[in-house]
Amino acid sequence: MTKLLYHFGRYVLWLGQAFRKPERVGMYWKETLRQMNNIGIGSLIIIGVISIFIGAVTAVQFAYQMEGSIIPRYYVGYVVRDMTIIELAPTFSCMLLAGKVGSNLATELGGMRQKEHIDAMEIMGVNTAAYLVQPKLIAALVVVPMLVCIGAFISIIGGYTAVVPTGWFSHGEYIQGLRSFFEPYNVWMMFVKAFVFAFILTTVSCYQGYFVKGGSIELGDASTRAVVFSNILILLSDYIIAMIMTS
Amino acid sequence: MIRAENIFKDFSGQVVLSDVSCSFEAGKANLIIGRSGAGKTVFLKILIGLLKPTSGKVWFGDTSLFDLDKQQLRELRMQIGMLFQGSALFDSMTVEDNIRFPLDMFSKMTRGEKNKRVDYCLERVNLAGNNKKYPSELSGGMQKRVGIARAIVLKPNYLFCDEPNSGLDPKTAILIDELIYSITRDDKIITIINTHDMNSVMEIGDHIFLLHEGQLAWTGSKGEVLTSTNETLESFIFASPFLQRLKRMYAKSVHTI
Repeated sequence: MTKLLYHFGRYVLWLGQAFRKPERVGMYWKETLRQMNNIGIGSLIIIGVISIFIGAVTAVQFAYQMEGSIIPRYYVGYVVRDMTIIELAPTFSCMLLAGKVGSNLATELGGMRQKEHIDAMEIMGVNTAAYLVQPKLIAALVVVPMLVCIGAFISIIGGYTAVVPTGWFSHGEYIQGLRSFFEPYNVWMMFVKAFVFAFILTTVSCYQGYFVKGGSIELGDASTRAVVFSNILILLSDYIIAMIMTS
Repeated sequence: MIRAENIFKDFSGQVVLSDVSCSFEAGKANLIIGRSGAGKTVFLKILIGLLKPTSGKVWFGDTSLFDLDKQQLRELRMQIGMLFQGSALFDSMTVEDNIRFPLDMFSKMTRGEKNKRVDYCLERVNLAGNNKKYPSELSGGMQKRVGIARAIVLKPNYLFCDEPNSGLDPKTAILIDELIYSITRDDKIITIINTHDMNSVMEIGDHIFLLHEGQLAWTGSKGEVLTSTNETLESFIFASPFLQRLKRMYAKSVHTI
């Protein structure tokens, strides 16, 4: 418990340092663009692949559950759309990104710490917490919601390809479901989740990497902790956001 | 002048530095020497402010390092250049970008002025024309020289070098020593070098501080090393039978003359 409080306190203080005014905006901007490319373009294919399967599995399992029931058949499109937008696209995508991007960030910063790059910047007078975290965070806050949005769209297409060409449902039924009971508020909820999850996965992973001590084993541990803690916090905040935004 | 006053440092009760006091002068190569584990790196990190001592003070002129707030510390650090043991060059940047990094971050120079300054620093370390290479394409000695170029690009008043010769062949090590020494004299800066390279001690050691088991065991110049009777210094400098023979021969020749 004491350790948890220690890390929480250090994380909060470190965030305070990370949100200080940049020394030179141009330098931060260059780094932000590089990170946007890394996080965004670098994760696009993997997000596309998992999103297709998220949509496909949701559609197939719903089709299985509604067999023999009196639920209207077009509900399949409606269920895939809302499940994807409200929960599966933001949560699954961000948990995957915590694994891919989070471990990458922790290893990058940890490697910089071990090779004395961070010390070198500190001695130059650079606010390293700000220079190393701000661009990554801004990039993630911009790019992750975009990825989640693209993921949701691909999931809906995945659902369609799983149940329409196979003959379980007709094109008309699926599209009618997609057009029914649409609540724009759900899209808003998706973006709120994407923003919060992006913040968590970036800052938690950077925190783990920034304070690495020791050698390659410790660096590996930091990378693992980045993924595990990010995922736990993403699920916890998912529950809190769901409670707040649906009450 | 940089002054260390009664520096104590312990890690979880294990004492690393005990009551170390000394001062470092401008325009001279100040060498901190000692065996591995003597506390040299910890002392250097305390002098730069990367580590806080358990007690004691470090003065940069009239400024007490550990009484500065973060902004003041950052401003002071802009006057400090540091050469790391592993060079600490940013792998993803070219030589030119590495050297220009402090300028991009802190100076108000135009792009042309920055390029000129980078070229000058590269010339100074005899690496002109290597602007577009990446650190991985350079030898250890060249990486050290790029590290020196980056350390001096903001025209620092203080230069710290942590084991500048480690991992280098004797000839390259001498080149690095000469380079650091000429920068120190020409720019009249305070240079503090952490080393256990005996060539450096005998070539550029204007002011030598021997750390032994966390304490300052001896201070003097390179000329005094050969005549000193300090046992700790002797056992450190003349560790091998060859060097002991050499010292006896030197003493004999001086006696004969």
